[in-house]
This record gives sequence, C-alpha cells and structure tokens, in this order.
Amino acid sequence: MADGGGGDEPEELSDKQKAEIAKWFLANAPAGEIQYVAKDVRSILGDDKIYEMAAAEAFPLHNKAHLLALEMPNRSGDVLIATYGELDKNNYFDPRTAQVATVDHVKQVCTTVRPANDDELPSPYIEDFRSTLDAELSKYVGETYPKGVCAVYCISGKDAEGPGADFEFVVVISAVKHSPQNFCNGIWQSIWNIEFKDNMQFVEIKGKIQVGAHYFEEGNVQLDAKLECKDSTIFQSPEDSAVSITNIVRHHETEYLASLEASYVNLPDTTFKDLRRKLPVTRTLFPWQNTMQFSLTRDITKEMGIGK
Amino acid sequence: MEAAMDLMRRISPKESETALSALLSLLPHHSADLLSQVDLPLQVCMDQQLMKEFILCEYNRDADSYRSPWSNKYFPPLEDGPLPSPQLRKLEIEANEVFTVYRDQYYEGGVSSVYIWEDHNESFIACFLIKKDGSRTGHGRRGYLQEGSWDAVHVIEVGPEEEGTAHYRLTSTVMLSLTTENKSSGTFNLSGSIRRQMSHDLSVAEGHLCNMGKMIEEMEGKLRNSLDQVYFGKTREMVCTLRPPPDGIQLRLPEN
Repeated sequence: MADGGGGDEPEELSDKQKAEIAKWFLANAPAGEIQYVAKDVRSILGDDKIYEMAAAEAFPLHNKAHLLALEMPNRSGDVLIATYGELDKNNYFDPRTAQVATVDHVKQVCTTVRPANDDELPSPYIEDFRSTLDAELSKYVGETYPKGVCAVYCISGKDAEGPGADFEFVVVISAVKHSPQNFCNGIWQSIWNIEFKDNMQFVEIKGKIQVGAHYFEEGNVQLDAKLECKDSTIFQSPEDSAVSITNIVRHHETEYLASLEASYVNLPDTTFKDLRRKLPVTRTLFPWQNTMQFSLTRDITKEMGIGK
Repeated sequence: MEAAMDLMRRISPKESETALSALLSLLPHHSADLLSQVDLPLQVCMDQQLMKEFILCEYNRDADSYRSPWSNKYFPPLEDGPLPSPQLRKLEIEANEVFTVYRDQYYEGGVSSVYIWEDHNESFIACFLIKKDGSRTGHGRRGYLQEGSWDAVHVIEVGPEEEGTAHYRLTSTVMLSLTTENKSSGTFNLSGSIRRQMSHDLSVAEGHLCNMGKMIEEMEGKLRNSLDQVYFGKTREMVCTLRPPPDGIQLRLPEN
C-alpha cells in the first residue's frame, strides 16, 4: 500500500483487490443507498469491468440483508428477497401468491414470475397454518407499518401431511423509508423463527429485530439498534395459533419501540453526559479571561477541586 | 474526490477507518486530500518522560514520531524533529494547561492536547484535540455506556495582528459513538461525525488564548446540541415514521 513518507510509485492494486474493495462498499451501503454508493464506486474505480464483477456479488448480499421488496410484473404484489425464499441466485419464492420470481439484483427489479411447482409448495396441512398466520400478520403489518411488507416462509417440515410432525416457519417483516431529498433513510426489520413442536404441543418463538436510520445532511449520523427476544405459546388450531403468534409479535415489537424511545429520551441528560456535559458543574461557561496568568490557572484548578 | 467524500458520508461512521484505507488504496494520488478532509478517531500515545498521555495527529507528526506537548520531545525519539519557536512554545504550554482544566470541566476525564506552530507571515495555527472514552470501563462516570467515544479536533488559523484585532478561522470536527446494551432493550448504538467552520475578527486585548478558547467552547456547545437534537433527533423521527407509536402514547419529538 502507498506509504505517505518514502514511496515514489504507489503500488497498483490487482483487479481482484479492487473488486473486493468495491464489493465491500456496496455491501455496506445503508438501506436504500446502494444505487448512490454504486455511482460513487463506479466513478472511483474508473473501470466498468471490475465494477460489474463486484456488483454481481455485492448486490445480492445487500438485497438479502435488507429484505428488498420487488414488485412482481403481474401486479400480484411484492416478492421479498430473503435467504428463506431463495431457490437459486436469481429466483425467489413468494409464499403468499405461490409464485417464483426471477430478479435482476443489480437493477433491483423483478423480471418475470411463474407459478410455483408442487414440489416447491408446502403440503395443504402446512399451508393451512402458514396462510392463516400470513393473513393475520399481514393485517397487523398493514395497520402498524405505513411502508411495511411481510412474508411467512416454511423452512422445515413443509411436506408434513398431518398432525404428528414438527415444522418451522420464519416470519419476515420489513419496513423501509427513503427520503434522499431530506438526506434521511431508515429500515425496520424483524425476523421471527416459529417452531411448532407437535409432540410437546408447544410453539417456540424467537425474534430478532433490527432498526437502522441514517441522516447525512452536512454530516453523517447512523442509528444501529437490535434486540433478540424469546417467547412461546401452545400449539393450537391454525386460526388460534395465528392470532396467538401475531399477538406475541405485536407485543414484543411495540415494547421494543417504547424502549428505543426511552433510549432517545435519556440521551441528552444521561447517556450523552458521559461523553460531554452541556455545561460544567458550575453551570457557567468556562472563565477563559481568568486564565491569562499561570498562577491563576493553578488557583482555579484548586478552587474547582480538581487537584491531581 | 467528490465521489470519495460522498462515500464517506454514507458508510457507517463506525467503519470510517476501513473505508478511508480502502479509498487510500484505490486513489493513491489523492491521499493528501483524503487525509486532510476525512477525519478518523484519534489515537493516543504515552510521553515516556513525563508519563502523560498525548494525542497524535498530523500537526505533531514528523516521519513516524510524534511530539508531546508536555515535554516538547518526539516519541520515538527523533534527532532534529521540528519544534515551535520559543514564543509559540510558551503559548502552547499555557494553552495545554488551560485546556486541561476546560477538558476536566466538560468531560470529567479524557485526554487533551494543543499544538501550535508558525504559519507564514506572523500568523500561526493552533490545533486543540480532545479524546474521551465514556464507556463504563473508561471515564464514563455514570456507567450508562457500554461503549462511548467523543473525539474533537479544532484547528484555528490565527492571522497577524492588525490594529489590535486578529482574524480567527476555526474548523471543528466531532466524531462520536455511543452504545448502550442490556438484556431487555438490546443494543442501541448511535454514531456520527460532523464538521463545521466559524470565523471571527476579535480584539486581542484579552489575548489569543482567551479568544480561541471561547470560540472552541461555543463551537463544541453548538455541535453537541446539533448532534443531540438535530442529528439524533432525525434518526428518532425516522424510527417513528417507520413504525408510528400506538395512539395514546404522547411522544416528545425534539424541536429542531
């Protein structure tokens, strides 16, 4: 790497190294900003071939991490880009409409859809649970998140024919707000693992909520907050399970919002104070005029009781 | 370069070191510009002679050694590293002493350093630096923060004295990060950096140190408030936009 003092000729990076760096920038772009980051990276690299190499790898990672929602061309709704629904690099399953969507990660669009094959779908027994939960959750998400989308994926046990089998769902909720003209973007993401344990007649729920916000008008400030939580309920009929699970999700997410608020409320007078006070203990500005002479400096030090 | 600066505003402040070194390797011919325009968290070194810590920056560096404002010596030792003139060194000593008291008053801990050196034409440049570790294992008095850091860099260009006044131009950068962590509310991290400028023509009747000190104090206050109310406030507003709180809960949104 180039050395500030001695080197004359900075070492040239290999294409592969440049692509790795480009990939890092793209994958670490905040939610909703990857296209801006892409423009910057492209301009800095000055080499479209390297950029395309990096983009091909970085965009899918970014899209999946941020649960990108893409509109399906036949107006049947949005498909979420998530590992849980990934059939292969460019094909994603939408459980609600039982379709498989083909996407272009770099352009961030859905190009085509096709109906899902029977082997890609869960059994009717499982689908009953899944779709009832999906309906209940969609109602919750619609009421709670102005820009929210959600999906319920069956990630284990999808072929179970009837009672007696365990199965597992993943609930994905994502809400994104882009206000580039206000230099502000944000994302709320929750991922809930729902394990139906048939023999114990018990449903174990594990949640991971992640919230991010970025404000960058003449500065750069980011919020990065996350929480993991656990809960459980009894194994009931599809309808009752759906209501029960949605209530649990609603409860934890509402509590989390309240705790985020509390963290913000505490900032000015408590947490921030550990970094820098608003004013000294004396509640007056620092007496710069009185520190002209050395001896006075020492007197003030003694007076304020900060002798060391 | 514009693209590089835009990238630095978008990448998380916590990753700024990685981002800067990535940019330096991609744009080696812009390294001077990048290093002067991008701010990185400050580093600290020990003055082995007086056993006091001091802050490292470009302004007290020569080759790979750094000059301590306490002993006026370079560490690791350097035979002929540049030193300020005796006159400026006197001002520098006083500035460091006074700034230590200021730092204690506002930061209740932390490390500070002031470096002063000649510019052309009877003007000089002073750099005031503060580094505070506010985590509960550092100097965080109240123990709220799992992790917390405040780094401030204030560079003041002081012009020659003309008819009893001088021109002062201050460029300040604050970089901060704070994290609270507990089982019930998870991990909460806010981090950011902002840079502002301020210029004044002031009478030198009370001396340069007084003028510079007041400007810095005013600037730090403005930056702290801005970070707290505007910047953090905007992220809070965004959270409430993503998931509006249920009716019946009164929210105090910050006044801008």
